[in-house]
Amino acid sequence: MNTAAGAAALDAAQVWAWLDEVPDPEIPVISVVDLGIVRAVDVVSSDECIVTITPTYSGCPAMQVIADAVTDALRSHGVAKVTLVNQLAPAWTTDWMSETGKAKLKGYGIAPPQQQVIDISGLRGGAGAGVKRHVLPRLDVICPNCGSSHTQLTSQFGSTPCKALYKCLDCREPFDYFKCH
Amino acid sequence: MDDKVNYLLRLGDNALILSQQLSQLCGKGPALEEDMALTNVALDLLGQTRLWFSYAAELENAGRDEDDIAFLRDAHDFKNCLLLEQPNGNYADTLMRQFFFDTWHYFQLAELLKCGDPRIVEVAQKSIKEVTYHLRRSGDLIVRLGDGTAESHAKTQAAADALWMYTGEMFNYDAVDQAMFDAGIAPSSAVLREAFLEHVAEIFAEATLVMPSPDAWMQKGGKQGRHTEHLGFILAEMQFLQRAYPGAEW
Repeated sequence: MNTAAGAAALDAAQVWAWLDEVPDPEIPVISVVDLGIVRAVDVVSSDECIVTITPTYSGCPAMQVIADAVTDALRSHGVAKVTLVNQLAPAWTTDWMSETGKAKLKGYGIAPPQQQVIDISGLRGGAGAGVKRHVLPRLDVICPNCGSSHTQLTSQFGSTPCKALYKCLDCREPFDYFKCH
Repeated sequence: MDDKVNYLLRLGDNALILSQQLSQLCGKGPALEEDMALTNVALDLLGQTRLWFSYAAELENAGRDEDDIAFLRDAHDFKNCLLLEQPNGNYADTLMRQFFFDTWHYFQLAELLKCGDPRIVEVAQKSIKEVTYHLRRSGDLIVRLGDGTAESHAKTQAAADALWMYTGEMFNYDAVDQAMFDAGIAPSSAVLREAFLEHVAEIFAEATLVMPSPDAWMQKGGKQGRHTEHLGFILAEMQFLQRAYPGAEW
């Protein structure tokens, strides 16, 4: 396979570091690694590796752009053969997002996900019996601008599938909230 | 056609047709927040469609891919329930269609999480997170519209009464559904129907709406490819590009 005697072996940690420089196309302040959509890196040879990625939302329109960006980034570092594998399970949740990623989101003005993943065990939003099923779970979302928890949901859906719109009732700023999922 | 492929196409067609209907409302929502919600739900459903169709295409192994399945079939080959092809109508119609579908969809996926096909379980795990969000939204809005003004109440009740006859089909199992039930994949229709009726009853009570009779006469035929006249118009728009310019790509 690798005939170039003495060629440096490709190091998986190095590949991860390169991928950590690939920004999310819609939230460029965090990388695809921060976001938790790179699941695995398998080095095959000195110029070939397999990268396993997973979608955040099943209809996320950024996945193709992300796949192209990952391939381009690795090629620019001399990895000639990049194979991308799409993996569905275990499904992506905001728990896959790194702490660094959450801090960067906050600095960018997007409130990071701050509760458990969405409860699919029922429609009660994790609350006990007697709570109306249709009621949306109440979250104390922290305003990324002033730190107040005195905030209100404006819209369940925001500028991308992964975000909701909130407003701060203290500093009056509207902001995006990265939905728990 | 293989029963499992047929079953996967039914799941995918439900999601695809509703997605197409919702995307027609892009830029026309009654409020900015609703406009975004409609298109975000459409996007989720489109993503789910791809997951079902790509699995169906692999199993079928007939040289078709997910795009061929979406864009190169005629109306009689579509297996979606009639509910999903009903017109967007007024906003109460749009939301009631959504609420009935979301309720069925949620319980259907919750049951598929336990089924014997690992690939279907994976898709259900991915989808149910999104669908839980959809159902919370549509249930919340049905309560607000039903228990809103006299006019919103009247329109929401009228939407429920008009669409109710299309809900029975979701629980009306034919030989394909029954074969999938016997294979340990499709849930029991009685379990699904009971969960559906219970949730609808709860939301309707909260919304001060009268729930139509579960024993009312129900329309059927969509799952077998016998559609209302609406589907042809939906497909004419959705499939135009691939029909006019075969093989066109970005």
